[in-house]
Amino acid sequence: MSGIADFPSLKAVEIAAAVQGGELTATELAQASLQRVDQFNPAIRAFTDVTAERALADAARVDKAIAGGAVLPLAGVPFAVKNLFDIDGVVTRSGSRINLENPPATSDAFLVSRLCEAGGLLMGGLHMGEYAYDFTGENAHDGNCVNPHDLTRMTGGSSSGSGAAAASGMVPVTLGSDTNGSIRVPSSFCGLFGLKPTYGRLSRHGTFPFVGSLDHLGPLARSARDLALVFDVLQGWDKADPAQADRPALATLSDLGRGTDGLRMVVAGGYFREKAEPEALAAVDTVARALGTSAEIDIPEAARARAAAYVITAAEGANLHLDRITRRPKDFDPETRDRFLSGTMVPAVWVQHAHRFRSWFRSMMREIFEHVDVILAPATPFAALPTGTKTITLGGEVMPARPNIGLFTQPVSFIGLPVAAVPVWLDGAALPVGVQVIAPAWREDLALRVAFQLEKEGVCRAPVASL
Amino acid sequence: MSAEFDAGAHVAHMEKDMGLTIEDDWRPVIEAHIAATQKAAEQVLSFPLEDHVEAASVFEA
Repeated sequence: MSGIADFPSLKAVEIAAAVQGGELTATELAQASLQRVDQFNPAIRAFTDVTAERALADAARVDKAIAGGAVLPLAGVPFAVKNLFDIDGVVTRSGSRINLENPPATSDAFLVSRLCEAGGLLMGGLHMGEYAYDFTGENAHDGNCVNPHDLTRMTGGSSSGSGAAAASGMVPVTLGSDTNGSIRVPSSFCGLFGLKPTYGRLSRHGTFPFVGSLDHLGPLARSARDLALVFDVLQGWDKADPAQADRPALATLSDLGRGTDGLRMVVAGGYFREKAEPEALAAVDTVARALGTSAEIDIPEAARARAAAYVITAAEGANLHLDRITRRPKDFDPETRDRFLSGTMVPAVWVQHAHRFRSWFRSMMREIFEHVDVILAPATPFAALPTGTKTITLGGEVMPARPNIGLFTQPVSFIGLPVAAVPVWLDGAALPVGVQVIAPAWREDLALRVAFQLEKEGVCRAPVASL
Repeated sequence: MSAEFDAGAHVAHMEKDMGLTIEDDWRPVIEAHIAATQKAAEQVLSFPLEDHVEAASVFEA
């Protein structure tokens, strides 16, 4: 077993085993995490709120519980959450200036409670793009969160701090949200494993919304096993989230080692290869080779699915913020202000057609999944862009960077499919790039099994950044 | 949908109806955003859906 000096690179599974076995204490882990945050947060800006006092108090409680014979799946595991999650006693910022005027939350979000009850130590709230309308990690109010693997690059967003905190070894596990790609994009740019579960799987109660019909929550971590460990703890019925499906919990950790034999795995072609840079395609091909597949399928109407998600996001996001954007537009980050303002002007018939198309696209994808178990696709069209990049050129077309980083994530979350994002470091590459392992609805276990197999074979890995 | 969507006219009309504040230097960006949304919507609307295809009131994957 490694000692506390190895904290930055320890996985959640290792930490929980060490605390349960008496080799480390939760208090030592909370202190090590706080020290790492102190040392590197000023340069990286992953944390916006550090809950040090609570972390140490919770750690003392976990140590006492373990000494009393308790068995806790996340014993002493430090974690942190995107600052749209409610934290008791902390204002839920949602990356904004306006929400800072709200009173502090009076209880934890449902998922935060689940992790704490399992022995996890909440270290604080994490940086995000304003109101989650972001793929970059840039924020005019809080400063830009930067990529721990290259401080001149974006983390990706909008779960920017969730990516940066895990990649820099401040905590082994974070929670983020994903409406159009906001877990998978930072996972790709920061070189992490990320899980966007099925829409309706996890309760969103106690989190600030963005687009309710597309919002998901999920974990980011430095191993597939940690994702499974945390995902199993996060599940649980909560009547407070009207979109949560009443489905039995799915145990994924116990089945993680079943391998991929017998799984029908294919690579997404067409749309998912047309506007990808060479590194993104090479990452998908590397993963496909390792899994022994070269079969390619075309996903019909993927571009239209992305367009429909774009329309719904514009209108539904603007509706949520209508009062704020009408009364005080100057208090918004300019990058989100102009998009929210334009979203107030979207005709209802555009949005309704997009929602109806969503039903059509779901039916079509269900048919595809009668013949395949897993689809591989790039998570982002490229590795992390330099901070401040405004335009990109893909397939010969110049386009704005900010909305188009999620080209490949949007069609998938549009119909709520579960995805494990896995990190690939190509030979000689200075930066990682992610691949989406897409499974049928409610089969997170398949995506995690594939992710674990790739990690076991060394094809995918998530090293802590050298800082 | 009209092939010639006039983003400037649409923003000017909606700005008034919705009581929005749009400063001069924001306007071109807002017009570009609504034009991009219109382009996306055009792509979606050009896909024929059977009459019985309904939106999900609470979406289930």
